[in-house]
Amino acid sequence: MTLPDWFDTVTLVPGIPLVGALLVAILRDSRIGAWVVIAATAAGFAAALRLPGQLGSGLFLLVDPLSAHLAILTAFIGLTTAVISRRFIAHELATGALDAGRVQSYHTLFLTFLGFMLLALLSNNLGVAWVALEAATISAVLVVGLPRTDEAVEASWKFFILCGVGIALALFGTVVMYLAALPALGPGYGAMTWTELTLAAPNCRATLLNLAFVFMLVGYGTKAGLVPLHSWMPDAHAEGPTPVSAVLAGSVLNVALLLIMRLRAVMAANAQAIDPGPPIMVLGLLSVLLAAFSLWGRRDVKRFFAFSSIEQSGLAAFAIGLGGVGATFAALLHMTVHTLCKAAVYQSVGAASQRKGGQKFTEITGMIASDPALGITLAAAIIAVAGLPPFGLFASEILILSETMRQTPWLVPLLAIGLLVGGWKLLARLITLCLGAPTQARGPAVGWTLLWPAWLHLVLAAILGFAMPATIAAWLLAAAKVAS
Amino acid sequence: MEHIGFGALSYDFAHLLGGVMLLLSFALLSQRRIAATIDTYALQALTLSIAACWQGYVQNEPSLYLTGAIAFAAKAVIIPLMLRRIVRRLHLSATMEPALGIFASMALGVALVALSIMVVLPTTIQAQALTREDLALALSVVLLGLLMMITRRTAFTQVIGFMSLENGLILAAVGVAGMPLVVELSVAVLVLVGVVVFRIFLRRMNVQFHSLDTAHFDRVGSTHR
Repeated sequence: MTLPDWFDTVTLVPGIPLVGALLVAILRDSRIGAWVVIAATAAGFAAALRLPGQLGSGLFLLVDPLSAHLAILTAFIGLTTAVISRRFIAHELATGALDAGRVQSYHTLFLTFLGFMLLALLSNNLGVAWVALEAATISAVLVVGLPRTDEAVEASWKFFILCGVGIALALFGTVVMYLAALPALGPGYGAMTWTELTLAAPNCRATLLNLAFVFMLVGYGTKAGLVPLHSWMPDAHAEGPTPVSAVLAGSVLNVALLLIMRLRAVMAANAQAIDPGPPIMVLGLLSVLLAAFSLWGRRDVKRFFAFSSIEQSGLAAFAIGLGGVGATFAALLHMTVHTLCKAAVYQSVGAASQRKGGQKFTEITGMIASDPALGITLAAAIIAVAGLPPFGLFASEILILSETMRQTPWLVPLLAIGLLVGGWKLLARLITLCLGAPTQARGPAVGWTLLWPAWLHLVLAAILGFAMPATIAAWLLAAAKVAS
Repeated sequence: MEHIGFGALSYDFAHLLGGVMLLLSFALLSQRRIAATIDTYALQALTLSIAACWQGYVQNEPSLYLTGAIAFAAKAVIIPLMLRRIVRRLHLSATMEPALGIFASMALGVALVALSIMVVLPTTIQAQALTREDLALALSVVLLGLLMMITRRTAFTQVIGFMSLENGLILAAVGVAGMPLVVELSVAVLVLVGVVVFRIFLRRMNVQFHSLDTAHFDRVGSTHR
């Protein structure tokens, strides 16, 4: 296959959103800006759809089924969220929560964030991936701080400090990784390239690989919302503009998990290095348990769903740690479906909190009685996230549990407790949010026509769960083989 | 490249610079006065820039001079000046109480240095001596930066801790022979630091806005927005 170079069409995938961001910044018009965002994300998505036909690797970019799959997913979420956020942001502008300047920054930062996320997914170079993730972090932090309330500024500060530390540790890990690869690959770009590293891993210095692994796992684990550096997520989700939560929940976690998968592949290729599986599994399992129990007692809707994201991310990490094609396939399916479902949740939660004028559980009740369309969408999305059929999380969780049963049966009870406790609370909240007597509505009503992106996600999640087309199954399997 | 080991100038001087950076990390950890903290940080950044240039000379790698120059201009001059300005404008108190006593944080710091030496030296047995010691020193600076972020509660000192941590990262990166993208990485890190400094400013402003004395805010608002 041809090697995608910097000027190949592959660069269009992150390139289009980034150029769009520049355009929005220059245009200085928030209404046109919203349309530019939609156009740029649509073009980026179209470019991403061509990735499966452009497999190959170069000095800086790597397109394999794994990265292509996640890039398509991220670009898709970006597109539907852009559609949703046009209406959301217009309302924030109307109520005065954001002014025109901030709306423009919102659009610019949204595209910047998306572009760098896609770059991080498609990068073959550890340094480029690091820089892209860092740039995406900065734009995400700035977006979270946009509603300049005390809480938002505080949340973005916490986000900054924790992710700053995480990303700094990851950079140290990258330096050590380069050092580990020096004897095998010699000085130059090769020792910083995922594909070369994976091939040359048996000749790398195992002790240095171990050191690099620890730093990179903790560093990128921060971005994946894994314990112990997970606590930025609830704040960032609760205070930032809701459409951003949809993208944060999807793409940042996926990028971090992808990097952990690649790291795992390098480590697994060296027989003398420590087995990367158990540490990743431990972090994942702890995240599942901690997040599941943290769901109890949350009063803020968005914070609540942020903990649910930590739980799902932990579960995916656990499956990645298990290793093998089966578990990796399950992890990928889980990441894909969770991204779709969680975006649907945030899209409908955003509309619901605008409708009710608040984001506390006490302020949002009886959605189905007052707004049938929104209430039913929200209920369906929560059922999907809780891991119930007919949605795909049910399938992926069953797959992960059965893989666990096969490989480490004694961990099944712990995992099952986490999933049950989390799912139970999600359903309990579904009842208070959607059923019962409605609270007073203060914002605009949302009809079926505005909710199609959420339903598109849910339908896709259901198809992936129970009627996965053979081509997609083969595609995911190819991606899983790359990673395991 | 000349022979590297004890006695060789390239080795000893690089070692010395790393040692000075570590010493300054300890100084940061024990400082109570804000102005002195900023100065110490600037001095550490200056040492870093000399270390980067020295590595550029030893490794015959011109790009490292650029890293050194950037570190000098941005971190030893511009950022400390900005920080001083923030302190002046926002009337931060001149001293701050660490959450942990000085003795306790020093003891912890020594333990962290011992830890990083114990972690790095055995794992890098086959690596070049220069890289080994440099990595151990850099990791110590990183860990002391983390410790400072934990033991100091104010946002301001947390930022200094973060920036010192990041000095340690660049020290690690320049010490590794022939590592590509060092300049790009150091610039990216610098952007991160710049945004952090900008954020601290915003954050302080927000706090001031809600404090009783709004006179501060008016002054800040008119000069910086």
